[in-house]
Amino acid sequence: MHSREVVLSNIGSYEERKADFSWDLAKEVLGWEDGEPLNIGHICSDRVCERGGRDRTALLWEGFGGKKATYTFDALRLLSNGFAQMLVDQGLKPGDRVCLFMDKIPSLYFAFLGVLKMGGVVQPLFSAFGDESLEVRLKSAGTKAILTTRKHVKKVRKIREQLPELTHVIVVEGDASKLKEAEVYFDVESAPRVEEFEAYGSGPETPSVLHYTSGTTGQPKGAQHTHNSIWGQALTTSWVLDLRDEDVYWCTADPGWVTGTSYGIIGPWSLGITQCVLDSGFTSARWYQFIQDNRVTVWYSAPTAIRSLMRDGEELVGGYDLSSLRHLASVGEPLNAEAVVWSEKAYGLPFHDTFWQTETGSIMIANYPGMDIKPGSMGKPFPGIEAGILDLKTNEPLTEPNKVGLIAFRPGWPSMFRAYLNEPEKYASRFVGAPDGATPDELRTNESLWYVSGDRSSVDADGYFWFVGRDDDVINTGGHLVGPFEIESALVEHDAVAEAAAVGKPDPVNMEVVKAFVTLKPGHEPSPDLELSIMNFIRKKLSPLAMPQEIEFSEKLPRTRSGKILRRYLRAIEWGEDVGDLSTLEDD
Amino acid sequence: MDDIKEVVLEYVIDEYVDEDDDIEVEADTALISSGLVDSFSMVSLKAFLERTYDIKIPDEDASPEAFDTVNSIVKIVEKYKS
Repeated sequence: MHSREVVLSNIGSYEERKADFSWDLAKEVLGWEDGEPLNIGHICSDRVCERGGRDRTALLWEGFGGKKATYTFDALRLLSNGFAQMLVDQGLKPGDRVCLFMDKIPSLYFAFLGVLKMGGVVQPLFSAFGDESLEVRLKSAGTKAILTTRKHVKKVRKIREQLPELTHVIVVEGDASKLKEAEVYFDVESAPRVEEFEAYGSGPETPSVLHYTSGTTGQPKGAQHTHNSIWGQALTTSWVLDLRDEDVYWCTADPGWVTGTSYGIIGPWSLGITQCVLDSGFTSARWYQFIQDNRVTVWYSAPTAIRSLMRDGEELVGGYDLSSLRHLASVGEPLNAEAVVWSEKAYGLPFHDTFWQTETGSIMIANYPGMDIKPGSMGKPFPGIEAGILDLKTNEPLTEPNKVGLIAFRPGWPSMFRAYLNEPEKYASRFVGAPDGATPDELRTNESLWYVSGDRSSVDADGYFWFVGRDDDVINTGGHLVGPFEIESALVEHDAVAEAAAVGKPDPVNMEVVKAFVTLKPGHEPSPDLELSIMNFIRKKLSPLAMPQEIEFSEKLPRTRSGKILRRYLRAIEWGEDVGDLSTLEDD
Repeated sequence: MDDIKEVVLEYVIDEYVDEDDDIEVEADTALISSGLVDSFSMVSLKAFLERTYDIKIPDEDASPEAFDTVNSIVKIVEKYKS
């Protein structure tokens, strides 16, 4: 074990920060002056250069096969300008939604900032999505342009005819000669440098990033964020992740998910921090080598990865020099106490769990550097965030410690989502006590309401939150939310499947994995080959995350008397829980 | 051994590589660490091996490293077949 120098944290005393909090402190952290342009693309590149960070390293990138590249903030500025100018030249306008559908290659990061600079709305999507997952999200958003790579453009080709609003397919990597008709090739690194690009004059309520998130019913919803999110993202990056000028920061999340944008792009780069990206598959040895090679100091990862690292043991850790690490944090699903204890033993540092969601845009509850960690706890609410636990039946705030209820937040924090795209009723349904007909703006600014997260937790007498589970049927697998409805809809498209239910079942590494219950159409019999065929069908159509890891063939599925499949019942059996009131179950 | 290699290679190409991909998958091509096969997808690959060869591969042996190339997969199959 290597000794580390103890440094005071950015947050200092949690209690003092809590007692004397204002979101204006974000401006202090950013060195903000009134009148500066509030455009995240500009803030994360041009502004860092203007403040003397031109030659500082912005991105240390490593891909498969030892490919490496380093970019300064000035390169980030120029290359994001390149994307912004190209999009304007293609006829795209402010407000247009532009999807990024690619692996974690450098162009993903340049394009993200470039779209924001030209006033577009970035819609990042996980590159492992299959064509159906992609189609649903592009159709819902009315996406105008998609930026992708040769590797992934074939999925776009399969669905393009169904997407009349998708007018631009732009391939940013690969072989230009292999493009099809109506596709554009643009390699930003070989294109002429764009020295000047005037960023779009966005305001706090100008839409910025659109992330899709899954719910229990219906297809995924588009959570719309705005440029105002920067205040929440910058301040939490400073106080929770404790980033400073000299750090080398590694956020392992993919920008297809909100952690990969809020804390894998916006938070660190708004503060001019060097970050590194590893674009290759997971192996423990590869990750340790990456930390060693890049002298990573702050590492933000996910419980699934941490449990995989645990599985590979402490001995492996000893083979690498990880002494550069000084702060570790985790997000995506609850971090079990064993993982916290193990990381302290293996790395000499505990992982600090954090809790937030796509909708919240920034960290809401966390274990802070310098504050005592209770292993297994999510920590305490971020200063300025009023968090409560609501009674499961009455929605009244619980005041007694250790009672389980719904995690809820008083609206009004800067990075809160502004809408579910085109679904105002669904947005309103997330607020307890919402007056009839209230607009999204009225809801998000009404501090007498509660925004309900959809997760259950308790709070102990010291104010620490303890995660209990989801309050709905959404499956959290490896830190990613997967909607059962989307899986079930895809399952019944398989030739052999008549009806289907998808639930989460416990998994030691991923917390939950998808399990499907299916009945078969006449003429089909259960068999191992059929199970494999259904698994691969979903993997290709939706994504590897949505693929059932187990399929149970049934004669019939449990239903209510009104005919609704009882997922709750199936899930309870998988988790060994009480199945609850079955009085509404359909008779045999 | 060569038969197993052929069968696994054919399955990997059929299931994970698209016709118009530029990737030439061979027995020593990295699958997981290259990102070609997502670690979640290992489950269907493992299920295929268990069914095809009537074996049971324990979870602790189904690591990303062990499944990273067709050659390393063949070694696992050989181990449990015997």
